[in-house]
Amino acid sequence: MTAAAHRPAVATDEQAAPSANAAFEIDGLVKTFPVQRTLFDRLKGEPKLAVRALDGVTLRAERGETLGIVGESGCGKSTLSRCLVRLHEPDAGSVHYRGDDVLALQGDALRRYHRKVQMIFQDPYSSLNPRMSVGQILREALGVHNMRPPKAIPERLRELLDMVGLPVDSADRMPHEFSGGQRQRIGIARALALEPETLVADELVSALDVSVQAQVINLLLELQERLHLTVLFVAHDLRLVRHISHRVAVMYLGRVVEVGETEALFHDPRHPYTRALLSAAPSLDPEHTTTTTEAVRGELPSPLRVPSGCAFHPRCSSAFEGCNVRVPGLVERDGRECACHLFDPDGAVAPASGVERRPEVRP
Amino acid sequence: MSPVRTTSAGPLLSVRHLETTFHTQRGPLHAVRDVSFDVGAGEVLGIVGESGSGKSVTLRSILRLLRPPTKVTGEVRWGDENLLDVSARRMRQVTGGEISMIFQEPATALNPVLTVGEQILESLREHERLSAAAATDRAAELLDLVGIPSPRERLKAYPHEFSGGMRQRAMIAIALASSPRLLLADEPTTALDVTIQDQILKLLLRLREQLGMSVILVTHDLGVVAQTCDRVTVMYAGRLVETAPVRALFTQPRHAYTLGLRLSLPSSVGRRQPLKPIPGAPPDLRALLPPGCPFAPRCGFVTDACRAEEPKRRRVDEDHTSACIHHDTLPAPSEVAA
Repeated sequence: MTAAAHRPAVATDEQAAPSANAAFEIDGLVKTFPVQRTLFDRLKGEPKLAVRALDGVTLRAERGETLGIVGESGCGKSTLSRCLVRLHEPDAGSVHYRGDDVLALQGDALRRYHRKVQMIFQDPYSSLNPRMSVGQILREALGVHNMRPPKAIPERLRELLDMVGLPVDSADRMPHEFSGGQRQRIGIARALALEPETLVADELVSALDVSVQAQVINLLLELQERLHLTVLFVAHDLRLVRHISHRVAVMYLGRVVEVGETEALFHDPRHPYTRALLSAAPSLDPEHTTTTTEAVRGELPSPLRVPSGCAFHPRCSSAFEGCNVRVPGLVERDGRECACHLFDPDGAVAPASGVERRPEVRP
Repeated sequence: MSPVRTTSAGPLLSVRHLETTFHTQRGPLHAVRDVSFDVGAGEVLGIVGESGSGKSVTLRSILRLLRPPTKVTGEVRWGDENLLDVSARRMRQVTGGEISMIFQEPATALNPVLTVGEQILESLREHERLSAAAATDRAAELLDLVGIPSPRERLKAYPHEFSGGMRQRAMIAIALASSPRLLLADEPTTALDVTIQDQILKLLLRLREQLGMSVILVTHDLGVVAQTCDRVTVMYAGRLVETAPVRALFTQPRHAYTLGLRLSLPSSVGRRQPLKPIPGAPPDLRALLPPGCPFAPRCGFVTDACRAEEPKRRRVDEDHTSACIHHDTLPAPSEVAA
């Protein structure tokens, strides 16, 4: 019995009328990766296995906002960002970008989409061609999309390097001559060369040291203001996500479990997983001890064997009867979407009141 | 400071003037320079710094894990011995029985072709005489101690059958098999998810209580330091630039680099406001460092005196040392943030 069979309809009124202000409208997105079986497994008649990396993701990003997407490894945040730029083809569901059906785009329309929605990758060491100079990398991007007449390209190169704070002579140098932070700037310059409307930044600064992270984050903030970019900021670092996001979506095992305004969500997390995640992050204030509370129990389950019902129920201290059977849908209340039976109006028997707002402190 | 202390009141481990030099194709690389610190009994000492600051190399130098031609000099005082001088045989006793180390990447630090049980037994046999049955009992006990469920069955599991968090627990169990008095932990939670990191840090703190063990925790995460360490020392370009009790270091850093590190984190400014990064990048230790403070080229408080000669580490407060000329004029992070 798969979990998907129980999935209730989600966000019914939102998907009907695409709002003029939405950049991305993602609905029920599913992506599975088949797992290679050995000959022995096949002879034994073991069932086909598939990792359900995205299990019905519904999410929207407004134009001009920074939407933070957080979660632990295996939650599907990177798969989601790759599906959005069509590096992966989803199995089911839909993605609309400013009203266009992204998954149906082909040919020139797809090329135009790729120009408008640019991805920046986590690893600045492997996402730049080591045999091309910075100038060649940028010229290639400009040339493929005919962004400028050939005569105007040198001027545009200088502009781009200046925009991301690299010296003008960088154009003749190779990627290996740069530090990690500078390489990430090259990645940003390449994305900006196409004058995109939207950036999908997957763990943009995770590989960098803290003092350098701040430099790149500042650059992103500044460029966003100047160019009115929509940014999908995918990261596991809660402090950074809190700092730069207007809204935050929390993912767990291929599903979005909570979405809300950043400050509201960090002050008053509703989903038990969000609460566990936030309380596990070590506070920078030694006076504010976070190590005396109980850690959330258990491991992240294997994405091959996602628990039935709510995927978080085996680790959840608020789980009650029914959580292991029915998948909770994302339900909106006071501007917050939360996929938890505790907040489900027609959910199973809700537990005693008072559970909702209190952070988990078990004896 | 007297060189030899064996009384229980003295520090458990005393490192003095530790210097480590690698030989690279581009010449010598002075990775650790004049590092001195103490670890008290039952204390958790944090070593914090960015990549290349020399924090992991310091741990490896203490345990003599670096092979020639890498050169390690100075003194690592353990009881009445200098670990840098003792015989290889004696060193094996120390690392097998008195000091243990855990690594960042449990997947590569564990032996993939031996079961977890066999690896614990190997460590147990090294320095304890136990019958086969008693040793298995002890191994199961250790897995239970680090919070691995159904430990007896898990002894027969191979590392690849464990998740990342479980592997780190198994590695801690192996490290604990020798009942060490000191545990060296090199970024033990960096590869783990935040909820699992939380579990492992709490486990380390619980074990410290239960076993009275001291811990040196190397990390780049100031949050981890704030929540787990008693004292902390900050490394930059191979030097210890500031050492202090955790609260003192967070409320009033006395080195410009510590302050810069603290302020570069998002919590020091309002949401979506520009952060306060440290400009530039850490120095390349292969190049000849300019005279003066190694942080001077990136420092906002720099004066001519900083560039003239390298500031000495000095005592600036009770149990607080700093190698910053401007240690008494630096603002508190709370003032800068306001």
